[in-house]
Amino acid sequence: MKHILGAVCGASVLLAVPAMAETTLTIATVNNGDMIRMQGLTGEFTKANPDISVKWVTLEENVLRQRVTTDIATKGGQFDVLTIGTYEVPIWAKKGWLVPLANLGADYDVADLLPKIKDAVSLDGKLYAAPFYGESSMVMYRTDLFDKAGLKMPEKPTWDFVIDAAKKLTDKAGGVYGICLRGKAGWGENMAFLTAMSNSYGARWFDEKWQPQFNTPEWKTTLTTYVNLMKEAGPPGASSNGFNENLALFNAGKCAMWIDATVAASFVTNPKDSKVADKVGFALAPNTGLGKNANWLWAWSLAIPAGSKKSDAAEKFIAWATSKDYTKLVASKEGWANVPPGTRTSLYQNPDYVKAAPFAKMTLASIDAADPNKPTVKPVPYVGVQYAAIPEFQGIGTQVGQQFSAALAGSMTVDAALAAAQSATEREMKRAGYIK
Amino acid sequence: MARKSTTRRVVVSTIGAWFFGFLIFFPILWMVLASFKTELEAFAIPPSFLFFHWTTENYATVQERSDYVLHAMNSIIIAGGSTLIALLIAIPAAWSMAFSPTKRTKDILLWMLSTKMMPPVGVLVPIYLIYKSFGLLDSRIGLVFILCLGNLPIVIWMLFTYFKEIPRDILEAARMDGATIGRELVYVLTPMAIPGLASTLLLNLILAWNEAFWTLNLSTSNAAPLTTFIASYSSPEGLFWAKLSAASTLAIAPILVLGWFSQKQLVRGLTFGAVK
Repeated sequence: MKHILGAVCGASVLLAVPAMAETTLTIATVNNGDMIRMQGLTGEFTKANPDISVKWVTLEENVLRQRVTTDIATKGGQFDVLTIGTYEVPIWAKKGWLVPLANLGADYDVADLLPKIKDAVSLDGKLYAAPFYGESSMVMYRTDLFDKAGLKMPEKPTWDFVIDAAKKLTDKAGGVYGICLRGKAGWGENMAFLTAMSNSYGARWFDEKWQPQFNTPEWKTTLTTYVNLMKEAGPPGASSNGFNENLALFNAGKCAMWIDATVAASFVTNPKDSKVADKVGFALAPNTGLGKNANWLWAWSLAIPAGSKKSDAAEKFIAWATSKDYTKLVASKEGWANVPPGTRTSLYQNPDYVKAAPFAKMTLASIDAADPNKPTVKPVPYVGVQYAAIPEFQGIGTQVGQQFSAALAGSMTVDAALAAAQSATEREMKRAGYIK
Repeated sequence: MARKSTTRRVVVSTIGAWFFGFLIFFPILWMVLASFKTELEAFAIPPSFLFFHWTTENYATVQERSDYVLHAMNSIIIAGGSTLIALLIAIPAAWSMAFSPTKRTKDILLWMLSTKMMPPVGVLVPIYLIYKSFGLLDSRIGLVFILCLGNLPIVIWMLFTYFKEIPRDILEAARMDGATIGRELVYVLTPMAIPGLASTLLLNLILAWNEAFWTLNLSTSNAAPLTTFIASYSSPEGLFWAKLSAASTLAIAPILVLGWFSQKQLVRGLTFGAVK
């Protein structure tokens, strides 16, 4: 009897141990440096919240999007926290797929979030996701090559200057190319860059009545300029280059300029990974004097799907991961240069950060220069700088991206690519009921 | 009469075989090499073949960041379980179709194969909803079940063709000697079909091991097999080839070893015809 009693007591003790961690959060995320760092620091969160445990699901960006969309549309409830971009937030919020974040806590300081980023993750004034790190795009250039050629990069360069400099700095025999730009097809790859570039040339995806605009002279100028520039001053095989390929080229010293995500700044200035770490300068993305720069706006953000049964614990986690204290935690463990950038005003007022991150000022200026609600020179019916926040955009954007990538590769003329883009977009927009 | 094999012919065919063997193996070799490079070297153009700074830091990172053992165990359970169940269903099915065919047997076989013609994503949402209702999302049983069903047509087809090669006379002779169906299956049919069974088993195991659509979509963390483990190393913003290669090398290692050891059965099974 004693033995049985002992066994029962023992068993109940064993059972009681896991009961401490009552809520298990499943967090879906992408494999980006800042997210991996967050994963590594989860212990600090669970230490402060012993009743919550955390499980991570890291997936490739497109797989994650598909996986999460399926789950959220079927209310599968497999995830409690999602990592999503500014593209998804307004669309999903409108569908009622996301829980509004109203209880982030008294010391969260929502007002401290960068206004442009906050706008991008809100709908009708309500916050539906908390930005984890934000980014825009800017020019990264080699100060040594510019000095050698006697060129001086202005803070706000025009496209004419960039094109001229790119041609002058190209030394194909020496393996140095004037400019590296995205060419790989995809709505988040070449189309992110080209849409942002087209904004600076006064082009737009749709007019106020959702009519596609690829048959306008603005788009023709954009694409012709891009293709010609890349032919003269770009690396070979550019039509298969995305962010990572260009990062590798720039780090290996093969690009004089690279226009891409501001988050790249911390990679190209890291001496461990980059051969040119101490020779990089930054400038705003180019313009044509029409009032818009060729830079985009994006924020990887944390949100709670409507199917989650643990939204309280999930919100607690989100508040922790996007708080000022989290920034301080990362700084104390890995240094200021490694804190997630682009979400809070206070970070850019912090002298330690500004000292550790030479790109801080330009990142902030770039983010401020992008306006998702008024992305182009002419009025548009959509929200989003380098995308149009409608569900159909992923498919259309990638289709158009393939045509433009073909134009860059030379297998198609610029006119043919634009015509194909126009008819494909018209067809999809008709099918979706935006136009008749 | 066998053709006389001259030394020259042997040398040429050996070199040819090695060349094509190397060509087929090259992507795997490249992946293994990349897993020992730094991220920058893995991306370098022109790439370096052997003369680079060898490092095992990618393996250390992968070990530190992911629970390899959990994913590998899930893969073993899911691939093994689905293969065994598929064989249990497929052997009697193939047997009956091979040895007592009806007018509709051919149609049934074609119908079964036709289920493989639809892209899986077409039924993702209904399956997801069914799994949600039965609480099978992120469960090993759920994945065993779906992979078993997915591979069943191929398993039945393979076994059917193997069984068909076995002359019915031999079975009839066994029956004349008074063997029951059970004895006939165990003592006559099985020994003759072993190479075919072995290769079917191995092929199905490989198919289930590599399956990346259902395993990615129906699992999150508890039941996630090695496919999810690999997928977690691809990055939209940041270099990842070396770490991804290390993860892939770790993921294919068990099945590669198994394949090496059972190569003889596999080749024999694939070239198996009648009772040679």
